Amino acid sequence: MQEMLGIKNPIGRSTIGHVTKPEVDISHGPILYLEDISVSFDGFKALNGLCLTVDAGELRCIIGPNGAGKTTMMDVITGKTKPDSGTVFFGQSIDLSRMNEPQIASVGIGRKFQKPTVFENHTVFENLELAMKYDKSVLKNLFSKRKQSQIQKITETMEIIDLVDQADRLAGLLSHGQKQWLEIGMLLMQEPQLLLLDEPVAGMTDDETEKTAKLFKSLAGDRSLVVVEHDMEFVAEIASTVTVLHEGSVLAEGCMEDVHSNERVIEVYLGR
Amino acid sequence: MQYQPKIEPLFSTLGWIGLITFALLTLIVVPSLYLAVPDGSSFHISSYTVTLIGKIMCYCIVAVAMNLIWGYAGILSLGQGLFFALGGYCFGMYLMRQIGRDGQYQSLLPDFMVFLDWKEYPLHWMGTESFLWAIILVLLVPGVLAFVFGYFAFRSRIKGVYFSIITQALTFAFMLLFFRNETGFGGNNGFTDFKRILGYSITDPTMRAALFGLSAFFLLLVLVLSRVLIKSKFGRILTAVRDSESRLMFCGYDPIRYKLFIWTLSAVICGVAGALYVPQVGIINPSEMSPANSIEIAVWVAVGGRGTIVGPIIGAASVNGAKSFFTQAFPEYWLFFLGLLFIFVTLCLPFGIVGLINKLKRKFTKSGIES
Repeated sequence: MQEMLGIKNPIGRSTIGHVTKPEVDISHGPILYLEDISVSFDGFKALNGLCLTVDAGELRCIIGPNGAGKTTMMDVITGKTKPDSGTVFFGQSIDLSRMNEPQIASVGIGRKFQKPTVFENHTVFENLELAMKYDKSVLKNLFSKRKQSQIQKITETMEIIDLVDQADRLAGLLSHGQKQWLEIGMLLMQEPQLLLLDEPVAGMTDDETEKTAKLFKSLAGDRSLVVVEHDMEFVAEIASTVTVLHEGSVLAEGCMEDVHSNERVIEVYLGR
Repeated sequence: MQYQPKIEPLFSTLGWIGLITFALLTLIVVPSLYLAVPDGSSFHISSYTVTLIGKIMCYCIVAVAMNLIWGYAGILSLGQGLFFALGGYCFGMYLMRQIGRDGQYQSLLPDFMVFLDWKEYPLHWMGTESFLWAIILVLLVPGVLAFVFGYFAFRSRIKGVYFSIITQALTFAFMLLFFRNETGFGGNNGFTDFKRILGYSITDPTMRAALFGLSAFFLLLVLVLSRVLIKSKFGRILTAVRDSESRLMFCGYDPIRYKLFIWTLSAVICGVAGALYVPQVGIINPSEMSPANSIEIAVWVAVGGRGTIVGPIIGAASVNGAKSFFTQAFPEYWLFFLGLLFIFVTLCLPFGIVGLINKLKRKFTKSGIES
């Protein structure tokens, strides 16, 4: 009942033999642990014993051929898909496999979809306002009034994503690249600790891609980013560590040069 | 300079004029023409007309409630007729109690109970002689049923056409239940032959005018309330549920709560509409819960234009106006006409009458941007 009425965030509640805190605990370094994750759809193993650790403040790129399980991995982290086996931890103490999508979002994990997904019938401003870190319960939003400080914050984000002059435009009318930017902006408004970005520069011009690379690099450090991308130039530009997925598990991991010269990676993904 | 979002007024100037005109007409003009102008005068409004308009206004309230869930939250319920009927039955129980010993069998029990040889009121009739309790039931019964049903349906992530189908099944199940004599709601005859409300005769013109005025007032209230809701941040979240539920979830909102809130609110509004409807038409029976009735509610909203402010009211009024004409002039063709209308609107007017008007307006104004 409490959960239904939104009186108390269930993450702060202690469950049997397992006390969790709402704050992400990164005292040991990593912010995200995936251990031995397996997911299968009708017998097809989308993820197969996947193990992955992302450090706090890291900018990690994930590459791999189609069907390697990149998007499924993001689905598992964000609660859209429940793993058949394995554990997903956010920091030391938050077990993500016990939570649903909104709960996971509210502990500080933001996600950008492969296909840009914005609220098409809302203006750019309203999109950002909806994404803003704020109480997300029904009662609060029934009577909420816009504060100047909030407008200020939204304006700052609009400046970052270069959409100030489009503020009153419906998001559905934006170009593909602008929608990508808007969705990234929405992620920023959520102020997440961990950003999951699925093909963020797809459909962007070279100029826009370059700006995105700059933005991501500036975000890393304070926040952690996991970027799935096919654009190798972009990956080379931003990544310090690259993870290659293949058939649902990690094929190789390391800096860009190591991965590039890895025999297996060349065979299954890079070609030649 | 910092960007400032535009602040839209609650209603446009035209909207306010419309609202005030409607309020004046229904709260002052019609009641005084009905009560004060003598019968023979050509300005006199007959009891028949007052009751008919009152009835249609109740339908309009249901349409506004339907628009809240379908037009804005994208939940197509084909079971709103159930909540309407339940509200009607709750108030009907009070009306039956008010008959007192004036029934055919001169018993304190309603005729159908005497006929079934029941000696006392069943448990669920407890307290229904109190007007206040009846009003509480009118709000509570549809609300609680909607909340419980909605909680399980939304939690199981039942959406779209599946949701529509189970709401149809729900209203059908209740119809069968209410048809049974054992349920204690008068079986297929339902409740009728009402005599009084609060001791005043139900056929008295003043009482009719009061019910008429109350319906109009409630319609206005619901209209303004729904507008306030939609203009708030809550409203923007609601339309976001309709347009992209998964995006909203990954923003940290729990769509179940939002859906449940609007769904329950809509059911309560339908219940009140039903309670206003029953004393005006003088009868409630299980056929009000028939699946076709609920579908008709969706047709009203579709015809008027879903997701618009006045669309549902225009839809409910015009379809019901046509209905009372057709069922008198060509009774056997009404259902064909209704079916054709729905097909025509779906194919040719995706945004209903209001959408068509807006489109024409855009064509004739040079600016072309105004919506």
